[in-house]
Amino acid sequence: MIDKGTYVRIRRTLLDAKERSDNLPSETKKVPYKMWVKGYLLKEADLFDIVKIKTITGRIETGRLKEVEPPYRHSYGDYVSEILVLKDIIINDMYGENNE
Amino acid sequence: MNNTYQAVMNRRNEIMKKSVGIDYTKYEQTGIGFDYELMMNSQGYNIDKIKQIQSENMVGNTPLVELKNITEYARKYTKKGYGARIFLKDEAANISGSFKARRAALAVDKAKELGYKGVIAATSGNYGAAVAALAAKAGLRCIIVQETFDSKNISQPEISEKARKCEAFGAEVIQLSVGPELFYTFLKLLEETNYFNASLYSPYGIMGIETLGHEIAEEVMEKAGKYPEAVIITNAGGGNLTGTARGLKNAGAINTKIIGASVNLYGLHMASDIDFNRKSFTTGHTGFGIPFATFPDRSDVPRSAARPLRYMDRYVMVNQGSVFFMTQALALLEGMERGPAGNTSLAAAFSLAQEMREDEIIVVQETEYTGAGKHIQPQLSFAKRNKVKVIFGNPLDEIPGKNIILPKNGSYLKYEEISMENLRKSYLKKYKNMKLSKEDYKFLSEELRVDISTIKDII
Repeated sequence: MIDKGTYVRIRRTLLDAKERSDNLPSETKKVPYKMWVKGYLLKEADLFDIVKIKTITGRIETGRLKEVEPPYRHSYGDYVSEILVLKDIIINDMYGENNE
Repeated sequence: MNNTYQAVMNRRNEIMKKSVGIDYTKYEQTGIGFDYELMMNSQGYNIDKIKQIQSENMVGNTPLVELKNITEYARKYTKKGYGARIFLKDEAANISGSFKARRAALAVDKAKELGYKGVIAATSGNYGAAVAALAAKAGLRCIIVQETFDSKNISQPEISEKARKCEAFGAEVIQLSVGPELFYTFLKLLEETNYFNASLYSPYGIMGIETLGHEIAEEVMEKAGKYPEAVIITNAGGGNLTGTARGLKNAGAINTKIIGASVNLYGLHMASDIDFNRKSFTTGHTGFGIPFATFPDRSDVPRSAARPLRYMDRYVMVNQGSVFFMTQALALLEGMERGPAGNTSLAAAFSLAQEMREDEIIVVQETEYTGAGKHIQPQLSFAKRNKVKVIFGNPLDEIPGKNIILPKNGSYLKYEEISMENLRKSYLKKYKNMKLSKEDYKFLSEELRVDISTIKDII
């Protein structure tokens, strides 16, 4: 059970595939149009329940409880070997091959 | 209230009117046109007032730096006497980390003046952070609406970072899956909250950038005793180019060439759920740059104040790999970690400078902050995870969505020209079978900066 007042992220389908704009590429037209938003849980609930939240600007939103205390997951990414090659190219272009 | 897609879209004009604080009908002419200058001059701002508002908000007066090492790098590929001096306006120094703070400063000032309780902006980019920061400073509430996820719930790392930054400033961030229905959500929120629409395309959104052109003209004059020969501007919605060009001209730099630059994303559909995460740039690309240049009023206000074809002398594009290359060069050779997207015009300048004489000056008019997600490393690793190949070779061979080609050395970094004539043709397509009046032709001539007989020839 997740306590009332917990900061959560919900997801809601705003338009089913058939309700979407006509002017869309087929791969977009066949999937629903969804929204994610964060806020404080108004009543205790379980994960994946349909819940109401109060957002940071005080609006009430309804949706499926997808995440409790949602973290930021973006980062500086994986090791990218090409970046080291890129650095070598630039330094060599500027200062020559034997720059130690 | 009926909130189906069609019902909300049908209410768009009244929602807009209430949320922008401008009655656009006042500027409409009888035919296809409207009085652009009257619209820009009727909002109660002039350059001195804008400068004052911005300086009170830690916006503007950013450093103009000469990139001596990158200039030297470009000169390795020129004949003697060539290779213009490259200057860079370090717009990352603005309050929210990009030139977008200039636009937001004015929009938020207007919202406050008109008594709105909050502001809303539809943006996945730096503009969101700018509106959120300025709203925080003004004590207004803020909602940012972003296109963030594909249908598998995968988000662009760059956009996730922008959401974090907006939240740091206390904004509510609403994240949406891919699709133009973002506009529907945006309208519903305006209606629900009665907040101000801090549109990127309102006169405030454009006039705020005029100070950037003004500063460039004044600073280059002070440093070099002349106005720059060229200013190169990353182009997406057209506002950056329009505002900068207006500011340059206002300051007296009427002969400075205005060059737009975009990342080449030809072949990728901007509303495609599949293509969404196959690109490495979410702004500054041709997918926005070309449609907004050729049909400016596709924006979220009745008449866009961003009208790049009124000011653009040339339009060039570079590939994604070249922008990553220059982002790395800027860090390695100049000690500036910026971008990547904001470095689009820098990549083009590196190549364009090689065709200019060494006593000429080309100014790259922006940088943007960098951070987790919004950086060459996560963006390239994201591309690889999405099966986009990262290879070294000739950037002109890049196929957006399939590969990213990093130049195999600096000599391969070349811009490609976009034909101004084709842009004008594309703009005029919708008037092909229409009977146009004298006044209509006059408007089109101002819009496209060519004489009436040329317009008639094209149509």
